[in-house]
Amino acid sequence: MSDLVSDNLNMVFNVSTGGTVHALKDVSFTLKQGELLSVLGPSGCGKTTLLNIIAGFIRPTGGKLELGGEEIDGPGVNRGMVFQQGALFEWLTVAENVAFGLEIKKTDPDVINKKVEEWLEIVGLAGFGHVPTYQLSGGMQQRIALARCLINDPDLILMDEPLGALDALTREKMQSLVLKIWKETGKTIMIITHSVEEALLLGERLFVMAPRPGRLHKEYRLPFAEQGLTQDLRDVKATEEFGETREEILTMIWNMEEEIMGQV
Amino acid sequence: MSGYSGFIVGFLFIALIIACICATIYGRKLIRTEKTDAVFGNPTKALGGWHWVVTGVSFILLSWFYFSWDAARAFNPKSANELCQIAKLDYAVNPIRTVFPIDDNYLRGTRLLQREEAQLAGLEGNIDSLGLNDDKKAYALLIIESMRDAMTSLASAENLDAATTQKLAGIEERINTLTDNMADAAFPGAPTAKQIELAENQGHWGDPLNEIPLHPASPRGYKFDAAAKEMRSIARDFGRIRNTNAAFLAQIEEQKSRLKTFNQLTESATGLSDNEISERKDFSKTLTRVLRRIDDGLVFPPTALTGIEAALIALDKEQRNQQGAVSLYASLMMPGGSIDAGASNCSEQGSGRWLPKPSDTIATLARISDPDIGYKGFPLLWYKMKPVSEMIGFIVPDFIVSLVPGEFPRHDESGLTTGNFKTSVYNFATGNFDLFSVPVPAGHVWDSLLRVLAGLFFGIILGVPLGLFMGLSRFCKGFFDPLIELYRPVPPLAWAPLILTIFGINDDGKIFLLFMVAFAIMVISARTGATGTALSKIHAAHSLGASNRQILRRVILPNSLPEILTGIRIAIGVCWGTLVAAEMLAGTTGIGFVENVARKQSDYEIIWTTIIILGLLGLIFDLIMRWVINKVIPWRGKG
Repeated sequence: MSDLVSDNLNMVFNVSTGGTVHALKDVSFTLKQGELLSVLGPSGCGKTTLLNIIAGFIRPTGGKLELGGEEIDGPGVNRGMVFQQGALFEWLTVAENVAFGLEIKKTDPDVINKKVEEWLEIVGLAGFGHVPTYQLSGGMQQRIALARCLINDPDLILMDEPLGALDALTREKMQSLVLKIWKETGKTIMIITHSVEEALLLGERLFVMAPRPGRLHKEYRLPFAEQGLTQDLRDVKATEEFGETREEILTMIWNMEEEIMGQV
Repeated sequence: MSGYSGFIVGFLFIALIIACICATIYGRKLIRTEKTDAVFGNPTKALGGWHWVVTGVSFILLSWFYFSWDAARAFNPKSANELCQIAKLDYAVNPIRTVFPIDDNYLRGTRLLQREEAQLAGLEGNIDSLGLNDDKKAYALLIIESMRDAMTSLASAENLDAATTQKLAGIEERINTLTDNMADAAFPGAPTAKQIELAENQGHWGDPLNEIPLHPASPRGYKFDAAAKEMRSIARDFGRIRNTNAAFLAQIEEQKSRLKTFNQLTESATGLSDNEISERKDFSKTLTRVLRRIDDGLVFPPTALTGIEAALIALDKEQRNQQGAVSLYASLMMPGGSIDAGASNCSEQGSGRWLPKPSDTIATLARISDPDIGYKGFPLLWYKMKPVSEMIGFIVPDFIVSLVPGEFPRHDESGLTTGNFKTSVYNFATGNFDLFSVPVPAGHVWDSLLRVLAGLFFGIILGVPLGLFMGLSRFCKGFFDPLIELYRPVPPLAWAPLILTIFGINDDGKIFLLFMVAFAIMVISARTGATGTALSKIHAAHSLGASNRQILRRVILPNSLPEILTGIRIAIGVCWGTLVAAEMLAGTTGIGFVENVARKQSDYEIIWTTIIILGLLGLIFDLIMRWVINKVIPWRGKG
């Protein structure tokens, strides 16, 4: 089992002006394999820091973080990452972008071609392989980023506001796609977002984080992701339960923001 | 200048005028019909428009044909010869002309009187600083006063003697006769056989070593040539006329002895200060000079020369009249200068001189492009056969000889030396063996090109990696930054004397200089590129399993390519500039060398040829770079 176990994670940054910022304080949680987690919180609550620590881009100043029983030390192929702006390599074509991870591993070219075609099919970009990425729309670029990450078969997929820069319609389609991939591959997925609706839809579990110091404030277990697999997303959003939860969380975050403003 | 190429130039000139007009009309028409986007400031309105390119190019070429007088020569090749004869007359008239207030405000006599009077007044004012006692002071003032008297006496009509009056009248009459002759269609009669022979064998306008044919070859030419000849004689005689008389000359002699007396007084005086001695010497020197000028007798009574002046004006009017169509042609087709005559030749002045004619320039280019002629015994761009053995000898290091066991052979009893294996290896390593030759490019253009490319090559292969590391590593940046930032701002040419001394004036020094130029530019552009890599891309590559090396090669390098290619484009330009200047400084080959030699010889055609070659090379390089940029980084700015 490759569960993600966070034990008393702490992160303290030294600020150039002197003094410190406590970005994460005593963050402990366990994410079981195959779970879909969304993380929500006001800006500055340390959600991106948490993600970067899990990805291995930065080292925590305290606590322990394990994936499948192994301590995380630096980035690795078992944790795939999808960024807000795609972070595609614009000098490569769509297929070359998707194949990047396999090329690095020096996989047999025939295998690469086959897998790339499979994944392009899954994300709905079949036949776009030879196209340069900069000619595609934001939504399509994000699909490439998804395929590029998934082709490496990671244990854990980390998404940093992956749909933040998309228009509403594309966004909804991509949300369905994420749910579909979650269902079909059974991967553990952790999504960071600042949209409450998205957090509710794309979270079997939902962490609401609080700022100063960044910490886990409240955890929810939600039925909407399961519902979204069988129903139209708009119907899910229209349910009364969805609406109530959304209001509750919105009020919670609103209060946090007010508190911050008050402190300043 | 053969008639044939004159025809081509004329044809081209007219074709260019038509092209320019047609393209302009087409462009205007397009503007009228394309009124969909009438807002000023829309940059897409600048796209396309080849017809304006036609207008621009034909405008440049037309200007070149026009201002270099190539068009003038094409349409009327004989005009320069005629203008030369006209200029000869101007040149001949000039000595007399300058006496009168025609090009100047004053009559020459008036000017001289004013100047000498100013000198004498200055001496008078300064008289107290000479340290003279009253007697001597009075004597000095007497000298000044009598000098003034002698001078002004010439201005009086009473003192003009009859002989001089007669000579002046003679000059006036000769000028008037010349004026009448100019008006006479028959003057100067049929050309002599010798004149015709000279005219036929003198070549054409623009022939090498024969800028403008000197001898008259047309009726108008004969007339002006003859007039110029007569005018030279008149001017010579006029120049000999001096307004002097017996009384004046006696006065001058007296002045001379007075000055001598004054000088003796100064010499015999004692107890004078250094300042007073020098002031006295200046006083007497100035007076001697004034005396010498008055002595020339160039001051005439105010009205004595009016007859000659009137005759001269009449002649000027008549000769202008006689110039006829050719002067109109000159003012229309030969802008920015004129054809001037000297003592023994005629020459183009103004733009016709320093702007070579396109046809001559192309002919020069064609001439020095011929590998057998070249420039200074070296072709512009050709090939030469180079033995392959030399190249092998250059590549194979000499030290392998010492790795071979054994010793070099010694001579035997009979004095002969038999080669052994070591000798063979030595011959091989130094290229001392026979093998076939291959053609390699050679020539001034190739040498320059090679230097630029070599400097650029080393600059890129060393500068780009260093620049990338400086963009990524604090140590690299800190360590190399001071070095590069200290030498980079120094203008490359300031390094040239030093570098050329250390590495020699041949290829090594220049390539190193260009390397320095390119290196700094490449380091800075590669560093900018590396610094500009988005962190998310690096993160993405990391989480896809890429190693540091792979990230450098597959993410940071491609991401820096736009900056690197821009850097190369800039470096090419700066390298060319530096190279040409360095070649002018020292060396025996290269485009800069050619231009420098041409400059020393005032060979404008070669200078323009080198400028055209440099322009074309720059254009080719830029087109290549544009093509490369489009091919390699079509994604630039779209990430």
